[in-house]
Amino acid sequence: MISLQAHTLLMVESSRQGLLSLEIENSGTAIGLRVKDGIVLAVEKLIHSKLLIPEANRRIQSVDKHIGMATAGYQADGRILANRARDEALSYRSSNRAPPPLQDVVMRLSLYVQAYTLYSSVRPFGCSTIIGSLDSSGPALYIVEPSGIAYGYHGAAVGKGRQLAKTELEKLKLSELSTREAVIEAARIIYLVHDDNKEKEFELEMSWIGDETDGIHLPVPKDLLEEAEQKAKDALENFE
Amino acid sequence: MQTVDIQQLKSGEVNLGTSIMAVQFKDGVIVGADSRTTTGSYIANRVTDKLTHVHDRIYCCRSGSAADTQAIADIVHYYLQMHTQQSGAPPSVNFAANTFQKLCYENKDALSAGIIVAGWDKDVGPSVYNIPLGGGLFRQPWAIGGSGSTYVYGYCDATYKDGWGKEETIEFVKNTLALAMSRDGSSGGVIRMCVITEEGVERLFVPGDKLPKFWEGAEVLGASVKRSDSTDQTPMAVEA
Amino acid sequence: MDHFPTSWGRPRNEAYDAFNTYPLHQRPNHSKDVFADGVQRTQQPIVTGTSVLALTYKDGIMMAADNLASYGSLARFKSIQRLHAVGNSTVLGASGDMSDYQYIQTLLDELVIDEFTANDKHDLGPAEIHEYLSRVLYSRRSKMNPLWNSLLVGGKKNGKRFLAYVDLLGTTYSASTIATGYGAHIAIPLLRKAIEGRENTLTEAEARSILTEAMRVLFYRDARSLDKFQIATVNDEGVSISETITLETAWGFAEGIRGYGAQTQ
Repeated sequence: MISLQAHTLLMVESSRQGLLSLEIENSGTAIGLRVKDGIVLAVEKLIHSKLLIPEANRRIQSVDKHIGMATAGYQADGRILANRARDEALSYRSSNRAPPPLQDVVMRLSLYVQAYTLYSSVRPFGCSTIIGSLDSSGPALYIVEPSGIAYGYHGAAVGKGRQLAKTELEKLKLSELSTREAVIEAARIIYLVHDDNKEKEFELEMSWIGDETDGIHLPVPKDLLEEAEQKAKDALENFE
Repeated sequence: MQTVDIQQLKSGEVNLGTSIMAVQFKDGVIVGADSRTTTGSYIANRVTDKLTHVHDRIYCCRSGSAADTQAIADIVHYYLQMHTQQSGAPPSVNFAANTFQKLCYENKDALSAGIIVAGWDKDVGPSVYNIPLGGGLFRQPWAIGGSGSTYVYGYCDATYKDGWGKEETIEFVKNTLALAMSRDGSSGGVIRMCVITEEGVERLFVPGDKLPKFWEGAEVLGASVKRSDSTDQTPMAVEA
Repeated sequence: MDHFPTSWGRPRNEAYDAFNTYPLHQRPNHSKDVFADGVQRTQQPIVTGTSVLALTYKDGIMMAADNLASYGSLARFKSIQRLHAVGNSTVLGASGDMSDYQYIQTLLDELVIDEFTANDKHDLGPAEIHEYLSRVLYSRRSKMNPLWNSLLVGGKKNGKRFLAYVDLLGTTYSASTIATGYGAHIAIPLLRKAIEGRENTLTEAEARSILTEAMRVLFYRDARSLDKFQIATVNDEGVSISETITLETAWGFAEGIRGYGAQTQ
């Protein structure tokens, strides 16, 4: 009897998780690069309506001065996770009087995410999170999955184009790249994985943490963003 | 029913009317203290150890109420053990000092505790922090505390130099404490010192009859004593 | 307001320890104070900083404070900083209890991070920081547990200069030149004379020399002051806090002085 119930629960759960993971798989790609002196996050933000104000509904968020995160999947869930991560980072700060190491934030965040897989009254989070930081021990980059699992990476990709993005990331010598160079590469990858024929228009959203930003998580400045986009478009033409 | 007068109790408490100090040098820190514990003018313990271990490479010197400072040191000792287990690395001196500071600041109305925290860690090497009565936190190259310290500020200002090695620093601590103990009735007994370096903690001991001696007055001068050629009056010589 | 932080918020008793030689808890007649019970339940400043001076000039605001934290009459910490940058358009200067000031610093640092992570293209300027502090200080005094400081908040945002005061009671005011503590008695007349009516023409160099001169007078006349101090500037380039400056002082005129009256040798 019990095993039957457990079986039914697992069936319900897996179909529910299936729906959620479908949402993530159909979401615009998000990537993260952990390079020599910093982190770059880039998102292919699909524009589902021409009526939207440009740059609205950001998918890259700041968790602390030196921590940034990008999500793929339900945007509303992504914002909840960012808020939770901020609370955890701030709580670390007030108990340790020091900026939180990324590993500590990721451990606490994944514990929170995992708890949402345990109860019938809640659904798991419908988004994958790339989270990166730069501190005295160097750059760090993690992915937190809806299951609550979290791994550290040199290069991370989630969302629709993740397979192709991962292949491209693997070709790069990430640990030798400067943050500025990584911005160019990240833009190129996002433009590459975007399928012009099938998909809606998109907006490239990028942020970085590096020596050039004084170790602070900031949006990539306009001129650099435009330069990266132009180079990405040029590379795409040569590619095809 | 009879109520307990807490102020009466507090004033009868065992007090560490003390001379304590900590000095940073090239490879580590040296903490030192006298050994007298008094209740009023009675010496409750003449061989007290006021150098308190809170972690492998972090010690504190306590002044004020013995009960309060022991309780605080015990709590910090616990926190540092927890921190070590959770982060997998020894705590920084800064973390230890901040933990002390928080307890002292948040309970300032109830505590009488002046604590010097000193030690060695991987990130910054040797460091000394002073947490005086109100619960502020001040990093210093050298710190003195307790009732005896007020008599030797001038000596320390005149003597201390940056860049000392271990032996010179030991002499400085020994001389300062001996001078403080000779002028402060609430300090006395023996000198205990700890040399804390990356390699470990070394205990040093100066018995009460082997303390460095300074000017004490050669004879009793009174009206009846005839004027002598007073060239044999040595001015304050500052050597062991 | 009295210039000694220990005396703030309590009745005057000039018969005893008029020169603030001892921290309050060490005064022998401490328990005889009619407010003794009140004192026990709130708190008292122990490690204290003296005056902060500030003025507005052509391009922004300027603030100065010395590097001393006193323990009663003991000059206990002689290289501490009492000026603190909040975000990149505000500077905070503190006199009064230094442990409470450190607590306020952590509060503000957390607030700034909170505001930063919101990433909404807004950040807190001096007016907002000042309002926030006035609410914090007023609510603490209303809980009979004040943060024992008087603070100056200055800055420049969107081309607008700002300079205001807030103290342990939550009292606030704004002016083109303000000073706390002993400075309110000694430096203010000098600063007003030099600044009022010239707020929009005064150059940075002039402002700097006016503040330095006021700090020098304070060093001559405030027994809880130090000849080492820093100057903070907020202008369109943002906040900058100077390295420590050591005052030049003059004593040579005293060499020929003899006795206290008719004495000539």
